Amino acid sequence: MLKNVYNWIDERLDITPLWRDVADHEVPEHVNPAHHFSAFVYCFGGLTFFITVIQILSGMFLTMYFVPDILNAYKSVDYLQHKVAFGGIVRGMHHWGASLVLVMMFLHTLRVFFTGSYKAPREMNWVVGMLIFFVMLGLGFTGYLLPWDNKAYFATKVGMQIAEAVPIIGPYVKELLQGGDIIGAETLTRFFAIHVFFLPGALLALLGAHFIMIRRQGISGPL
Amino acid sequence: MSNHDQEKNHRPVKRNEMSRRQFLSYTLGGATAFMAAGVTLPMIRFAVDPILKKKSESTWVKVVEEAKVTNEPQEFKFNIHQIDGWYVSDPEQTAWITKDEQGNYFALSPVCKHLGCTIGWNTEKNNEYVCPCHGAHYTMDGKNLSVAPKPLDEYDLKVESGWIYLGPIKANTRV
Ligand code: HEM
Ligand code: FES
Repeated sequence: MLKNVYNWIDERLDITPLWRDVADHEVPEHVNPAHHFSAFVYCFGGLTFFITVIQILSGMFLTMYFVPDILNAYKSVDYLQHKVAFGGIVRGMHHWGASLVLVMMFLHTLRVFFTGSYKAPREMNWVVGMLIFFVMLGLGFTGYLLPWDNKAYFATKVGMQIAEAVPIIGPYVKELLQGGDIIGAETLTRFFAIHVFFLPGALLALLGAHFIMIRRQGISGPL
Repeated sequence: MSNHDQEKNHRPVKRNEMSRRQFLSYTLGGATAFMAAGVTLPMIRFAVDPILKKKSESTWVKVVEEAKVTNEPQEFKFNIHQIDGWYVSDPEQTAWITKDEQGNYFALSPVCKHLGCTIGWNTEKNNEYVCPCHGAHYTMDGKNLSVAPKPLDEYDLKVESGWIYLGPIKANTRV
């Protein structure tokens, strides 16, 4: 039945080459943990992506209850955590995933570093990887403010002081991030917008570039 | 016709006109740039509005009668009018106000210059401001003695008909 549906569509749109090109590739022996167990280090990139997908999905669901407003943000997080079924789980996925994604990205970077995979012709992918790293840091920084509790507020306060310490442009960067001269209502809406729209958009574009380059250049050879 | 004339006529004409293709690509490029700017400029101006908006100048707040301030720092509370986007509120502020030997009043901010905890006066009975978080110490003038990298901030202060008024926070002027 399913096969017939697939064939019916494939006859009209010729979709087989599309997914073949994306998915139908042999894994070289030196990156396959079934051959050499130590090759599990090659999984860290994929695990980073897996957790990124969890972040995006759990984040999308959190926005069903979350309100980016200084009077209601904390209450809405408290409500979704304690009153909504599986709230603790969904928020927990997002909360712990935010740290785990950075850990995985760090391990992936170590693998790339110690296998020398950043060398020619893959320099550009190292640069894109670094951009992904900064976008992730940005997501962590902006997301951390959203629950609007004391920890969130003061962590952001410290972050703003760090931004302010940059010579010459620091004070402007801080004010632009804050959306005013205090951390308040306009900071929360700004951080929310950056957290759920701007940075995820940038992240997806960069991940696309990352993966296209991997496909073009293949995985780097054995040591 | 002489040879000379002929040479003159055959000299290739250098035309400074734009080719049709060039004209069209400039026009297309210009129109594209115009449309792109028309789309993005409003959004950029929208996003940077907070740094371009005129700051509401802060006003003086009446805090305490002159007579109540002593040579020993005391904590006074007052409310400032705060406009945060669409939220208008009157949050409470704290100042440590002291009269120095010359009879001048000064008001210090209670925010520790290390990482922003709230300092207290004489909590260790040594006539210093002390921060409970990581042990910063300050003199009565707010001079940083340990841990904190800078002296305590100061409030602008004025005295008018027996009352002390406080203004915006500024860097310490006493040390
Ligand atoms: C790799 C991507 C992401 C990272 C690293 C990240 C990180 C974070 C962090 C650290 C928090 C604070 C969580 C807490 O205090 O428990 C947070 C909260 C939040 N995030 Fe994300 N986030 C990501 C993607 C997204 C996306 C794509 C969305 C929505 C489309 C989203 C929506 C939210 C919402 C609504 C909150 C507030 C609710 C809460 O605090 O539990 N996030 N995020
Ligand atoms: S915040 Fe006051 S000593 Fe660290």
